[in-house]
Amino acid sequence: MNPPKLVVLIQRIPLHLVIIGLCLIWIIPTLGLLVTSFRPIQAINTSGWWTAFGATPGSREYKQFCAACHGNDGKAIPAANLTDPKLVNQFSRSLQLLAALRADFNGQPHMQGKPLPNENQTAQIAVYLKNISGVERIPRFTLSNYIDALMGYRGTATYQSDCANHTQSSDLHCDLSDLLNPRGIGRAFINSVIVTIPATILPILFAAFAAYAFAWFDFKGRQVMFGILVGLQVIPLQMTLVPISRIYAQLGLNGTFLGVWLFHTGFGLPYAIYLMRNFLGSLPRDLFESAYLDGASHWTAFLRMALPLSMPAVAALGIFQFLWVWNDLLVALVFLGGTTPVLTYQISNMVTSLGAGWQLLTASAFLSLILPLIVFFAFQRYFVRGLLAGSVKG
Amino acid sequence: MAAQPVPQIMKQGRVIPWFYLAPAILVMAFFIVYPMFNTIYLSFQNADGTGSAATSCIKGQPCWGIFENYRYVLTAELDFSSPGAIWNSFWVSSFGNNIKWILFMVSGTVIFGLIFAVLADRVRYETVAKSIIFAPMAISFVGAGVIWKFVYAYGTGGTQIGILNAILTALGFQPVSWLTVPQVNTLALIVVGVWIWTGFCMTILAAALKAVPVEMLEASRVDGANEWQVFFRIMVPTIAPTITVVVTTMVINVLKLFDIVYVMTGGNYGTDVIALRMYREMYTNFQTGRGTAVAVVLVIVILPFVYMNIRRFLEQEASR
Repeated sequence: MNPPKLVVLIQRIPLHLVIIGLCLIWIIPTLGLLVTSFRPIQAINTSGWWTAFGATPGSREYKQFCAACHGNDGKAIPAANLTDPKLVNQFSRSLQLLAALRADFNGQPHMQGKPLPNENQTAQIAVYLKNISGVERIPRFTLSNYIDALMGYRGTATYQSDCANHTQSSDLHCDLSDLLNPRGIGRAFINSVIVTIPATILPILFAAFAAYAFAWFDFKGRQVMFGILVGLQVIPLQMTLVPISRIYAQLGLNGTFLGVWLFHTGFGLPYAIYLMRNFLGSLPRDLFESAYLDGASHWTAFLRMALPLSMPAVAALGIFQFLWVWNDLLVALVFLGGTTPVLTYQISNMVTSLGAGWQLLTASAFLSLILPLIVFFAFQRYFVRGLLAGSVKG
Repeated sequence: MAAQPVPQIMKQGRVIPWFYLAPAILVMAFFIVYPMFNTIYLSFQNADGTGSAATSCIKGQPCWGIFENYRYVLTAELDFSSPGAIWNSFWVSSFGNNIKWILFMVSGTVIFGLIFAVLADRVRYETVAKSIIFAPMAISFVGAGVIWKFVYAYGTGGTQIGILNAILTALGFQPVSWLTVPQVNTLALIVVGVWIWTGFCMTILAAALKAVPVEMLEASRVDGANEWQVFFRIMVPTIAPTITVVVTTMVINVLKLFDIVYVMTGGNYGTDVIALRMYREMYTNFQTGRGTAVAVVLVIVILPFVYMNIRRFLEQEASR
């Protein structure tokens, strides 16, 4: 007899808790990045991203220390109207504010014997006062991180405000041409697209021909060569970098798109051929036999039958190779470097040497994640298939 | 290897197949086969590949002749002043760190992947939950590095904007500088690796679990086995071959791993790994001989696992 429904439901609560808990742990890091990328720089550096949806920064501290006398809106004492920009400007820094709180006021202690806020709390109060008085209104969320990241802005304000004040650095023009600024993520995004598309199409194209030969041609050494191919899949990238960069240096291919396309093609091929051959080989033999009986040549069979029929394999392969190239750092680092930075290179450079602030890093990182994530969620089935088959790739 | 004879009707000339094969073979020969042998050759040469490695020996210092680069790769990170110093320096060297990576990351990804594969199978939102765990596989290691660097952010002042240290301080502990404290930092990096790769292990293991006959599970439950027994006595033994493949594949992946360390610590504070060291010797120190020697050592370490994987793979092909 089955236990009643409610009992089952309760028994299953721990199961749900574990699964949902693990999912949360997996999501939270990325969520932090996403939320942070939309927060203004001042907010990022003074409070955790999880507070972004909570109370206005400093309102809690204000209520605790100031609201009793100054009122909830800050206007309770007309002589000390806290919404007056002129007054607040005198205490715009937390140290100034703290000094004022410690000082006597009309012969009495400012805080009238109540405990003083500590430095952090004072800073929060200063932020809050600047906000309600309009001295420095910090929005809760902003798009300026993304604009700054795209344009390669490295100043202390924002791209938009610098451009409005005509104080932008000399490498910015304040028009759409800034999207091509070599320091920007916009340019890196374009470079990534330029690298990725041919580096995805070329290996699949070459592989289609070779896979057809392995599947439906009869030639000497077919088995041996296919065995070698399986072995080639697992050669690590590191084994080939040095000789190739030496050859590229002689040919002048270092720092060129052509060099990276060819390298990714070479490295993507063994796996691509293997996957496509297995797919082509599993197509019904009668289909090909009858085509040849009807007088089709190999070329026609390849073009009219093999290629259209192998679209599922091409899709799996294309998505796998696309993400592989898009996410690659090592090859881009070695063969492209800073001359034509791609996204991964640009961001790793911002992390390691430029020490860019979190507002730029988070926005840049999210810009680099958005395309792979879309591809992943849109074509998850194909992606998983390609990945599982290619798990031993070098 | 599943290469059945081609039907007679489809026989063609001797030359035509090679038109189809030539582009791929040429590209692979140039980009994989030739460089592979060249790398082995260069690892016995000096810094810029102009003479034997023995020429870079310094008088009065240890030298392994033609194997000089290998001496450097294997011993340069170690402190030979005392046995204790050797031990300590080993565990912050690239080899010691790679052992930690293998131990913790492989076990972490496989255990989490297995747990999740088993548990998610029992709920209705299985697909969504699995997508969430799998999604990090789609993003770059660089992106993951930024995401986790923010999780690990360490504020020297009062406010902690990194969620991990914020939780610690909220619970009354001292914040930790996760990425600079030796030993802790390598573990922190391994967590990132686990976060990325668990989805991969989960997917493969879940596919294997789905193939476990339901009757077998039901029968053991009817016989009075509890869920733990079902898991350890039935499920795990049945999918043991798949677990082996996942483990070997993960070992290979871990050994080749470079980006996470490069982005998050640059190999500093005792977090170096073999794959990063290869890059640094070659492209920061311009030591071609040493860089290629690291690459060869890397391959030698990987080789047994590759062998296991290929053998498994061939068995699978044969049974098709």
